[in-house]
Parts: sequence; C-alpha cells; structure tokens
Amino acid sequence: MKKNDTLTTKALTPKKEIIDFLLNYSKNIQPIKTKNRKIVLVSKN
Amino acid sequence: MKTQTDSKLIFQYQNGDEKALSTLINRHKKDLFTFIYYKLMDEDLANDIFQDTFIKIIVTLKEGRYKEENKFILWAKRIAHNLIIDHFRLQSKNIKISETSFDNEEFSIFDIIKEPENNIEDKLIADQINEDLLKMLVMLPDNQQEVIKLRFFDGLSFKEIADHTDTSINTTLGRVRYALINLRKIMEENKIILTK
Repeated sequence: MKKNDTLTTKALTPKKEIIDFLLNYSKNIQPIKTKNRKIVLVSKN
Repeated sequence: MKTQTDSKLIFQYQNGDEKALSTLINRHKKDLFTFIYYKLMDEDLANDIFQDTFIKIIVTLKEGRYKEENKFILWAKRIAHNLIIDHFRLQSKNIKISETSFDNEEFSIFDIIKEPENNIEDKLIADQINEDLLKMLVMLPDNQQEVIKLRFFDGLSFKEIADHTDTSINTTLGRVRYALINLRKIMEENKIILTK
C-alpha cells in the first residue's frame, strides 16, 4: 500500500492579503457612543 | 500572548489591543479556512467568505455585541456557515435570472437542474435546521423530547408511539401538542427561525 493512499483533509490557509486587510480594517474603525447610547463604528480616516 | 485564552484575547481586543485580534486570527485561520474551503471547494470564494466572516466578527466585537456562549471558533464557524448559505441562496437566484439569457452561449439548461439529494444548499440548510432543532429539543421535558423524536425523526404514527411508550393515544397527542407549543415558545424567546 502506498503512503498516499490514506484519505486526509489538507489544512489550508487564507491569503496573506486577506489577513492584512482584516487587520487594517480593524485598525481603521472605532466604536463611538451616540446620544441614544447606541454604539456605532466610524472610520478613523 | 499566544498562551492566552480566546476569551482573554477578545477582552483585550475590545479594550483597544489590536494585536489581540492578530493573535486570534492567526490561531484560528487554518481551522476556519479549512472548514470554509471544504464546504465550497473553491479557494477564491473561501477567501471571500473567510474575509466576510472576520469582518462580521470585528464589527460585533467592536460594537460590544459579542455574548460568549460557546467557544470562539464555534461562533466563527457558525457565522461562516450562515454566509455560505447566503452565498448559495444568491447564486441560485442568479442562475434563475440567467435562464432567460441567450447571450451566454456557454449556458446550458442542464446547469440549473437540481439534484435534490446532492444539492449542497439544501443539505446545509437542512443541517442547520436539524442543529437548531436538536438544541431546542433538549430544553423540553424528557417525555416530550421522546415523542417528538419518534414522530418527526423516526416517522412513527401516533398509535405506534403510544404502543412504544406504553401510553394512550390521547396522552401521546397531548405530549406532542405541548412539545410543539413549548418549541414555539423557545423559538420566539431565542429568535430562532426555521425555514427551508
């Protein structure tokens, strides 16, 4: 029996650009409280 | 930081520590992405869904709406699962629109014929409904859980359930009725919608 005959689930990873985008996205938004105490997210830029 | 629990990282992130998010993403990216990929079998699409999942997570955490009920990764997978279902719903609508398009020469009527047993969207929705239903069932008294499982999962008639549980048909009918009333209440309280 060949070594590769067993069924395995290959672990995959998302693209680095996606991770970078998410980290930047997170850095660029901040929560602020409105007058009616609701929290909304606004862009820092 | 890598030895810290997810809960601790979430707390730190919600208090402005952006590095905590990076740790959280790196800790779970393989597991979550693999989960998404094997449902879609399309790497680009899996990247899109992964991105949308984390955008939802970021927004929920930053808005302070996260309620820790299960493990973080289970919550993340739940979000991803729902996004995948949304994707298939949208895709199915788009296919219907292209049915009347004669400009697309590659279009084949056979592309839109559904195979009920193999339709991944139906399967995902059915899985989700079953999952929600099972979670609600455990909240019912034991005798009501039993009749619901026998009636709706095993497909037994009321007479067969009465024989099986050694009760009268009226008792069985009553238990099913109360079980359904209780399930509706649980659904309303937890804002659960079961649709197919």
